[in-house]
Amino acid sequence: MRYETPETAKAAAKLLLGAKGPAKILAGGTDLLVQLRSGMKPPGLVVDIKHIPAMCAIKKERGGFRIGAAVPSAEMGEHAGLGKAWPGVVEAAGLIGSTQVQGRATVAGNLCNASPAADSVPAMVAAGAVARIVGPRKRRDIPVEKIATGPGKTSLKKGELVESIFLPKRPPRSGDAYLRFIPRTEMDIAAASAGVSLTLDRKGVCIDARVALGAVGPRVILVKRAAKALIGTRLEDVMGVLAEFGDALSDYQNICAAAARPIDDKRGTKEFRTHVVGVLARRAALIAYQRAGGK
Amino acid sequence: MTDRGATMTKRKFKVVGTRPLRPDGVDKVTGRARFGADISAPGMLHALILRSPHAHARIKSIDTSRAVKLPGVKAVVTRDDFKLPQREDLVDICRNVMAREKALYDGHAVAAVAAVSKAVAREALKRIKVEYKVLPHVTDVDAAMKPRAPILHRGLRTQGVEPKPDKASNVAERHEFGHGDVEKGFAEADIVIERSFKTEATHQGYIEPHACLASMGTDGQGDLWCCTQGHFMVRNVCAGLLGMEVSRLRVTASEIGGGFGGKTTVFIEPVALALSRKAGRPVKLVMSRDEVFRASGPTSSSSTDVKIGMDKNGRITAAEAVLRYQGGAFPGSPVQFGAMTAFACYDLANVRTVGYDVVTNRPKQAAYRAPGAPMAAFAIESVIDELAKKIGMDPLEFRLLNAARQGTKSSYGPTFGPIGLEATLKESKSHPHHLAPLGPNQGRGVACGFWFNFGGQTCVSLNISEDGTVCLSEGNPDIGGSRASMCLMAAEELGVPYEKVRTIIADTSALGYNEVTDGSRVTFAVGMATIKAARQAIEIMCARAAKIWDIPVEAVVWEDGYAKPAGANAGTFEPMSLAEIAESAASTGGPIAGHSEADADGAGVSFATHMVDVEVDPDTGKVTVLRYTVFQDAGKAVHPAYVEGQFQGGAAQGVGWAINEEYIYGEDGRLQNAGFLDYRIPVAPDLPMIDTVILEIPNPGHPYGVRGVGETSIVPPLAAIANAVSAAAGVRLTHLPMSPPRVLKAMMENEA
Amino acid sequence: MSSVAVSTTVNGDAVEVLCDTDETLLDVLRDRLDMTGTKEGCGTGDCGACSVMLDGRLVCSCLVLGVEAEGREVETIEGMAEGEKLHPLQQKFLEHAALQCGVCTPGFLVAAKALLEVNDDPSESEVRYWLAGNLCRCTGYDKIVRAVLDTAKDMRSA
Repeated sequence: MRYETPETAKAAAKLLLGAKGPAKILAGGTDLLVQLRSGMKPPGLVVDIKHIPAMCAIKKERGGFRIGAAVPSAEMGEHAGLGKAWPGVVEAAGLIGSTQVQGRATVAGNLCNASPAADSVPAMVAAGAVARIVGPRKRRDIPVEKIATGPGKTSLKKGELVESIFLPKRPPRSGDAYLRFIPRTEMDIAAASAGVSLTLDRKGVCIDARVALGAVGPRVILVKRAAKALIGTRLEDVMGVLAEFGDALSDYQNICAAAARPIDDKRGTKEFRTHVVGVLARRAALIAYQRAGGK
Repeated sequence: MTDRGATMTKRKFKVVGTRPLRPDGVDKVTGRARFGADISAPGMLHALILRSPHAHARIKSIDTSRAVKLPGVKAVVTRDDFKLPQREDLVDICRNVMAREKALYDGHAVAAVAAVSKAVAREALKRIKVEYKVLPHVTDVDAAMKPRAPILHRGLRTQGVEPKPDKASNVAERHEFGHGDVEKGFAEADIVIERSFKTEATHQGYIEPHACLASMGTDGQGDLWCCTQGHFMVRNVCAGLLGMEVSRLRVTASEIGGGFGGKTTVFIEPVALALSRKAGRPVKLVMSRDEVFRASGPTSSSSTDVKIGMDKNGRITAAEAVLRYQGGAFPGSPVQFGAMTAFACYDLANVRTVGYDVVTNRPKQAAYRAPGAPMAAFAIESVIDELAKKIGMDPLEFRLLNAARQGTKSSYGPTFGPIGLEATLKESKSHPHHLAPLGPNQGRGVACGFWFNFGGQTCVSLNISEDGTVCLSEGNPDIGGSRASMCLMAAEELGVPYEKVRTIIADTSALGYNEVTDGSRVTFAVGMATIKAARQAIEIMCARAAKIWDIPVEAVVWEDGYAKPAGANAGTFEPMSLAEIAESAASTGGPIAGHSEADADGAGVSFATHMVDVEVDPDTGKVTVLRYTVFQDAGKAVHPAYVEGQFQGGAAQGVGWAINEEYIYGEDGRLQNAGFLDYRIPVAPDLPMIDTVILEIPNPGHPYGVRGVGETSIVPPLAAIANAVSAAAGVRLTHLPMSPPRVLKAMMENEA
Repeated sequence: MSSVAVSTTVNGDAVEVLCDTDETLLDVLRDRLDMTGTKEGCGTGDCGACSVMLDGRLVCSCLVLGVEAEGREVETIEGMAEGEKLHPLQQKFLEHAALQCGVCTPGFLVAAKALLEVNDDPSESEVRYWLAGNLCRCTGYDKIVRAVLDTAKDMRSA
């Protein structure tokens, strides 16, 4: 196993492109080392991106934030401005594993590991985050929801890697939230999760929304119909409807539950995940609404 | 945290009952303490074990030739390297240590290699070719008892049934306990409740994986270092499996990183010895966490039917339970203990329990803290709770009405001496916890539990050094502070300060046989041996003083660390301290020591009552433990801080068992969650502080009144939590763990 | 197997070590440097027994490659006491009987020290959540949490 520490993103891309066998990127290593441990054949090449200065920083850019691919989630939590603008994303990053794991784990790694249950991904999808991909020749920007194509699979081509994640500028009266369900209080993989980002008008009416569900399908699900159900409401209306088990089609929680395509496994049953993802989507929407200044 | 009932103890103690720092403490907070995997030897090889990926398969062939040829590989062993031992009790252990004709569970050892590095050993494992014929498997206890279930052992005939069966089955043995006329008792009942319960298998979850370092010479002598609850047991079993003379093998116990019963047998130690013998070099073998889950000994899963009848005043008229425990691939589940302990908390005229010991395609179970009792208590105490509610009686009151007391003929036979169940119930009734209000979606549960406590073979040696300090050698690995307790008891008896005594765990060549650290026996049995050894040393010291003073030995008494003339007639001599007598030992007859070799009898049984508050999220079924209080009889708390620790630890393990921990098997019979990520033991934010109330009802069988405390604390929690969750959720939960999907489903079905 | 020479600092001492590229920092500490105070409970980042500080940040050494330590500073349990003088946390763990078997203790101490460096007045809940990645199977956490809270209190008034 060859171990390389390039100092530029392009150099990293070139190493990946030139690799003969399988090559892996090492950011926080909290997935890679577990895979190595569980008997995965060691890749011929490991490219450690933590020596690339641009990948190790959080920067303000056009009113938003650019998070380097090697920034550990603990650093995101310590960044005052980022936490204020995107509390849901920062909280999601802060739910990945333990304090120890957060000292290493990155949201870019979380994204590229392409687990459907990745904690930071529904939050980033709801946030409308954009991944900057660097290749041997050029860079390109794509929405984060286009990265994972299925469990463990990404749309990245050979020689490409995520350089940073961009969280855009927030309009006034915006808020986001992320919730996951785990059997314990900490240290588990989500059995279901939901990220919600909202923008309100001056009267507290929702004018923009994004709702993303995790761990209930082969990849994170962006539920446009759920967002549509929130837009034009003050949420309490929407929540009121579902509390009465009203019209299923207009029921936001039911829309979310209906959008879920979960499997039965050791972390939960289909029925459980379907029900709980709706509960989480409702609770997350309420938190996001409050954060946006809604009452 | 309060100490109650101390007034019941007649004896006044000077050091016993205080909370000094533990003697092994500094080593453990600085990283110096050496656990199983923390030692190495010159020329040492690293070993790994190849394990069956199948739940049940015939092993047609094992080809190790390509592994043997790999440079750096020094030894490979398979079933061909282990002869089946003569001793009947070792045959199944041998089969478990290395599979023979069949692999009986996912994780069953099939071959092992020793190589110059872990990397070479890993590569060598890949080169071993095993040809399997996969067979139908069964992992559930009820399924394994069905007539057409896949049979694990063709030769297995159910014991304890008449007439003797002539066909093989997976039921290894039937046990029955009880007295009175159960049918008559039920006929007299006004209300009868019958329910069935299930519990899933859990693992002890010690943080330190099994590890050992074996060194065998060509002269037939061997040394073994390992983490175990009983190195004498390891020595005897390994010697038996390797065909060695027992005294040729010396076993040294490392510090042990948790055991809870799971380190009371051998898994890797004979394999490391066999590899070392073949390679002629020391071999280190350390399990991975995955191996610990798949191939060490978790506890049984269970299925139990309970029927209890009472009259309209709440007095139980009859009680009956049928318990079915699967103990993995070989006979020996703790169902017998389950059947014995099930109704031990109650004073019953008519009681019967029947237990079935069942084999399945799972790893052979090992003891887990009060083995067999928690599952039985879960079933019985759930029904007790329901009976109390049925007649609107406080569940503590109901238990007091029916509680076992001194003189009660226990459901498993013996008549109880002085016991503390009533005291724990009364104490819990008046505790602030019992009176605190509950919020919405919250529930409170209580339950009682019982454990026998063991004594057994014990040998210690206590040496008085020339400067008046004391070295105590004992033979039971210290799993939770027992060295501190031994120092306290030796100091108490000798009349010296705690700091003057050092206790070590001696190797198997230094002492006579000591039974495993299990059954909550150590503070009781080793404590008693320590006291006896101290008394023997005192006799010698009195004799030395008599010699110096030139008076008869009967004229010397020992008080507070001094030899004194027994009275005015004995003469007037300045009392001699232990240190003074020790200093002159060389000229008064040589070294001074005390010994005790005995089979300790008289371990007092122990009871506890637990009280717990939970909240259930009605939308997700998630259970949060809000408050927890343990009330338990310790006889006499030698080191109260570590007694509290045992209470708290047992309760915490019970919380895990009740709410989230379970072995999850796939359709293929493979374990799905062999890691701490998905085998969910409680993490710090899962738990509240765990309050403890130590009661002290002296055990007449121990000079200080000590009762074992380590195991009783895991018996009540499953039921106490189930009773609390059932109250909060509005529906009776009968299947552990009460994981969110199970609780949510029960609530939804109840609503519908 | 490709071996690499790694120059790093462990508890303030310069260390040169030859290790395989796929070896973890935990293996390097234990097997190459004989620093066995750091424990392996799982090897997958789920138990925290292998907690160390890497450039001032709390990590699981089982989830770090040994080669990543090049040019960086590693702190382990062996560096926590100053000579004969125990760190206040070590002392409080002893006084509170916050350990039974003691195998998780080094990880808890390293993690708790990291907490008190960023938060000198943590609530019970903050202590519990910070230590969620450190598993203890003996104590039920009660006495550990009390020891950490008590240390914080003493250190604040010192």
